[in-house]
Amino acid sequence: MTLLARLKGALTGKKAASSDLSSPDRGFLVFENTSEVIAAENLLRQAGWKVRVMGPPAEIRRGCDLVIEFPLIERLEIARLLQSAQLPPLEVVPVSGPLLQPVDLFHTVDYGDYLMVRAANMKICIDKRSQVIVNISGGGCPDVPHLAARMVGQHLTSTPQPRDIGHTLCGYALQLAYEELRRQCSP
Amino acid sequence: MLAIIGTVPDAAVPITIGPAELVGQEVAVAGRSFAVNRGTPALLAAAIATSDVLGLPPPMAYLVGDIGRGDGSRRLYAHLAATLPSLDHEVLVFHYLQPDVDWHGRVLLAIGEMRRRPLLIADAGYMYVAKMSGQAADYDLFTPDVGELSFLADDQAPHPFYTRGFLLHMDEEVPEMIARAYQYGNAARHLLVKGKRDYVACPTGILAEIATPSVATMEPVGGTGDTLTGIVAALVASRLPIPRAAEAAAHINRLAGAMARPTPATQVGELIACIAPAAAQALPDLGLYPGPARPGSA
Repeated sequence: MTLLARLKGALTGKKAASSDLSSPDRGFLVFENTSEVIAAENLLRQAGWKVRVMGPPAEIRRGCDLVIEFPLIERLEIARLLQSAQLPPLEVVPVSGPLLQPVDLFHTVDYGDYLMVRAANMKICIDKRSQVIVNISGGGCPDVPHLAARMVGQHLTSTPQPRDIGHTLCGYALQLAYEELRRQCSP
Repeated sequence: MLAIIGTVPDAAVPITIGPAELVGQEVAVAGRSFAVNRGTPALLAAAIATSDVLGLPPPMAYLVGDIGRGDGSRRLYAHLAATLPSLDHEVLVFHYLQPDVDWHGRVLLAIGEMRRRPLLIADAGYMYVAKMSGQAADYDLFTPDVGELSFLADDQAPHPFYTRGFLLHMDEEVPEMIARAYQYGNAARHLLVKGKRDYVACPTGILAEIATPSVATMEPVGGTGDTLTGIVAALVASRLPIPRAAEAAAHINRLAGAMARPTPATQVGELIACIAPAAAQALPDLGLYPGPARPGSA
């Protein structure tokens, strides 16, 4: 089957026949109870997000019997919004693999005067003596150049953090690398 | 013509289209200037420098502002879905766009309606969404680093953030990860994997390994992967076969790195300034010749 035929099938007939299937770029927000699901859904819809309430897959039946499906890539910004409304989810998981966990392995490279930490696809490097961030590399979401512009040249302890100014999963990975670097640099 | 599609980290920038010029440390497109610190402007700068050595016209840039909210990316996706069928680019490079499976499918559909199918290169967020969509094999070249290769090798992860630990432990086993990425249909027809040792691969195996010059301090420098993608894009646009273009690009990027003598604090602009001399030196050594493009000369 040609690319064109397959795509037309995916975007028309096949999609209509399986409209309950979630796209792999979506995630599930799991809450303690139905009241929180309703409040969170209202909050996210008012903020302009495309979300929907649905039953959870078997792997994540830990909270109530409803979950919110949301755009996974923008996890960091959505989590920040829910936190500010005191509606933190119990869990945030990808629809394609509800048991998948965020990366928890860090690679550290010591360049003598500089120290670099990588988490998943994101790397952050500091000057060890001044503790100034000298480079941020890796990643592929559009907040990475934005985060680099805000963080490079800043001191490790006073820089704006990705969790506050980032938006995506790449931003989240950079936050983890940043926290690991701070842990390694703490006295 | 080569077209490069991506974002800049300024939410106020509207869709901006035009031939890209390198003016000092900035890329100029349609009256706007963008610093080449990293991301798509760095890719553009490298492609411009390489195109200039090859005697090719500058690449056409398709840019929009996006700081990670995805709004700019979706405007650009919509523009591409509407306009690509009437355009005639030979090579399309997709870069820092917010991954969005639905819009990715619509853009691929529009590409399928182009009069002549262009060669498709994807890096960064667009490579993520191509894999996530299960349509990686429709692309001609991906340019992952080793961390991103782990993601391509993971048949379950929807984003590198969820790559499973046993794959992240395979850092030193790049050929095995390449094989695994192809096994699950998560790789383009060709891969250019950047790392301590660069690899050019296709579904039948490793085609080339490039390990010299070795500049360990390039890894922390933000944008060095973007420059590699820009160089290979220009070489592909010169009608070199992709495997030769990828191998030559890896040599040129490494040579530019060696010429820049970077520390981990070096910014990528210093390396970009060395791409033209590196290309001029490396191409004859590789049996390739800079100068006016000669279609079919490869």
